[in-house]
Amino acid sequence: MTELLQQLINGLSLGAIYALIALGYTMVYGVLRFINFAHSDVFMIGSYVGFYLAPKLGAGSVPGGLAVLFAAMAACALLGVIIEKLAYRPLRNRSTLTVLITAIGVSLLLQNGGQKLFGPNPRAFPKLFPETQLHFGELTVSSNQLIVLAVSVFLLVMLWWIVHRTRIGTAMRALSFNATAASLVGINNDAVISFTFALGSALAGAGGILYAMNYPSIDPLMGTLPGLKAFVAAVLGGIGNLPGAALGGLLIGLVETFISGTRASTFRDAIAFAILILILLFRPAGLLGKMRVEKV
Amino acid sequence: MKLFPRTLALLFLLIALASGGCKRAAAPGATTPIRIGEFSSLTGREAGLGQYTHMGVLLALEELNAAGGLLGRPVEVIAEDTQSKAGESVIATRKLVSRDHVIALIGEGASGRCLEGAPIAQDGHVPLVTPSATNPKVTEIGDYIFRVCFTDPFQGTVMAKFARDSLKAHRVALLVDVGASYSVGLAEFFKERFKADGGVIVAEQKFAGGDKDFRAQLTAIKAANPDAIFAPCYYGEAGLILFQARQLGITLPILGGDGYEAPELIEVAGAAAEGAYFPVHFSLESTDARSRDFVQKFTAHYQKPPTGVSALGYDAMMLLADAIRRAGTTDGPAIRDALAATHDFDGVTGRIAIDVARNARKSASIIQVRKGRFQFVETVAP
Repeated sequence: MTELLQQLINGLSLGAIYALIALGYTMVYGVLRFINFAHSDVFMIGSYVGFYLAPKLGAGSVPGGLAVLFAAMAACALLGVIIEKLAYRPLRNRSTLTVLITAIGVSLLLQNGGQKLFGPNPRAFPKLFPETQLHFGELTVSSNQLIVLAVSVFLLVMLWWIVHRTRIGTAMRALSFNATAASLVGINNDAVISFTFALGSALAGAGGILYAMNYPSIDPLMGTLPGLKAFVAAVLGGIGNLPGAALGGLLIGLVETFISGTRASTFRDAIAFAILILILLFRPAGLLGKMRVEKV
Repeated sequence: MKLFPRTLALLFLLIALASGGCKRAAAPGATTPIRIGEFSSLTGREAGLGQYTHMGVLLALEELNAAGGLLGRPVEVIAEDTQSKAGESVIATRKLVSRDHVIALIGEGASGRCLEGAPIAQDGHVPLVTPSATNPKVTEIGDYIFRVCFTDPFQGTVMAKFARDSLKAHRVALLVDVGASYSVGLAEFFKERFKADGGVIVAEQKFAGGDKDFRAQLTAIKAANPDAIFAPCYYGEAGLILFQARQLGITLPILGGDGYEAPELIEVAGAAAEGAYFPVHFSLESTDARSRDFVQKFTAHYQKPPTGVSALGYDAMMLLADAIRRAGTTDGPAIRDALAATHDFDGVTGRIAIDVARNARKSASIIQVRKGRFQFVETVAP
C-alpha cells in the first residue's frame, strides 16, 4: 500500500512536468495546426537559463528559486516569440508540412547550437530551493516534488484563467476556432500567435526548471525524450485541447512510473506508446478531443 | 623514350638502397635505444585519461633509464595521440608497428579504442599492455594482448565479497542499466558471487542508459527491504540514482563500479553521494609503501597528485620492463612468453599476476564518498 502511494506521488510529479510541456504543443497546434517540434528544445534552454542564472539570483532560498523560475520562463517566452517570428511567420501561408519540417530544423539548430554553446557534457544543475524530506508514516515526499506539483497546479490554473477570462485568451480561442473569421472581426492574428508562443514557451521553460530540479543533470539533448513523451501526452488527451494535454501528461507519468516499478521496467516506453496506439485506434481524437469534420 | 625504363630502374634501385639503409639504422646495437610505442588519448574528450596515463609512463621511463636502461640499452617511448577519436588508434598503432618498429606497445586506456589498436599489435606479434581498458573483450583479441588493470567481471566479484564480508549484507537489491554491457556484466558476476557466499538478491530493477527518473525502481527496491543496493553504472546515472534514493528516504549503503570515479558524481548528487562505495584501481590514500612512494615521486615530479590511470600507466611500463629483463631479448614472442609468465610482479597498484586469459589478477581498493571526497576504505582481494 505504501509502495503504491509512493509510486503515485512519483508518477504525479513526473506527470505534472509532462503536462506543462504538453500544453505548449497543444496550444500551438490549436492556433496554427502544426506540431512545434522545437518546443522540447525550448524546454532544454529553460534549464540552461536556470543553470546560468542560479548563482546570480541567489538560488537556494525560496525567493531566489522563484526568481530563477520566472527568469527562465521569461527568457523562454522571448525565445518562443523569436522562433515564431523568424522561422514560422514567413511560412504562414505555406502547407503545414513545410512548417513541420522547419520546426524539426529549428529543433536541430537549438540542440546542436546548444552543444556548441553550452558544451556537450552533462552539467550538474544547482539547488534552487532549500530541500527537506517530509515523512508521512512510511511515505517519503521530497519538498522538490511538492514544489513541482504546486507550481504546475498554479500554472495550470493561471493558464485556464488567461485562456477563458481575458480578452487575449478569448482571441486565442477565436483564432483556434476560425482564423479567417477572427481576423475579419478585428483580431490581430499575428499578435495572438506571438502571445500563444510566448505562453507555451514560458510553460516549457518552467517545465525545464522543474525537471532539472528533480533530475539535476542537464545536457543539450535532454529535451528529446521528455518532449516526445509530452507530445504523446498531448495527442493522448486530444491535441488542441488544454485539459486533455494536462490529463494526458499525468496519465503518461503515472503509467511510466507504475511500469518502471515492476519487473517489466524495460518495457516502460513500449507500454506507454502501446496505450497511445490503443487510444488512437478507439478514440482517434484523443481522450477529451472532439471529432471534427474536416472540410475540404 | 628508351631512357624511360632505365630511369625507372634507377629509381627502384634508389628506393631499395634507401629502405636498406633504413633497416640498417634500426638494427640493434649496444647504444640504440629500445623503442616502446605508446598510443593514448592525449587530446580531445578523454584527454584527462590519456595525459595522466602518459605522465605515469614517462615517470617509469625516467626511472628505468636512470637505473641504466634495459639489457644495457637505453629505453625510448614514442607516444602517438589518438585524439579521443574512433579510428585514430588504428593509424597510431600501424605507424608505431610498421614505421617505428617498436618492440612493444602500451596503450589506450579506453576500451573501445584499445579494441581498435590491439588487432594490429596482435598481427605484428608486438606485445601490448593496456593500462586501464577493463572490457573483457580486449585481451580476448589474441595472445599478445595483456592488461594491468582489473576487468569488469572482476569488479562485480569484488563488490559482492565486500558487501558480504565487510558490510555484512545479506539481502541486496540490484539496479542495472540493461543497455550497457558494463553494467550487466558487473551485476551478473556480483549476483553469482553474492549467492555463492550465501546472500540473497531480493530485487532486480532495470533501466536504460540515459534515463533520468529512477524513483519508480528505487521505490520498488525500498519495498523489498534490502540491506544494500548494488547499482553498477557510469557516474552520470549514478549521481541521479544517489540523489533520488536519498530523496526517497533510502539511507542504505549504495555500491557501484569504477564508473563512479568522477568529480561529476559529487557535483550531481551533492550531499546524497555521501556513503557510496565503489572499487578503484588505485587510491591516493592507500597505506601500501610502494603506492605511497609512487604518489610522492609523482607529485614531486609533476607538482600535482597522480590519478588511478597514472599508476596503471606506470605499472604497465614497469611490467613490460620486467618482462623484457626476464626474456633477455627484444623479440616479440619472447617478451610475450615472459609477460604471460608473470606471477608476482609488485606494482604500485598492487601485486599483479597475469592469468591464462592475460588479465591481471590483483586486489581492488574500495572507496567511500565522505565529506565530498573519495576516501580509501580497504583493499579487497578476489
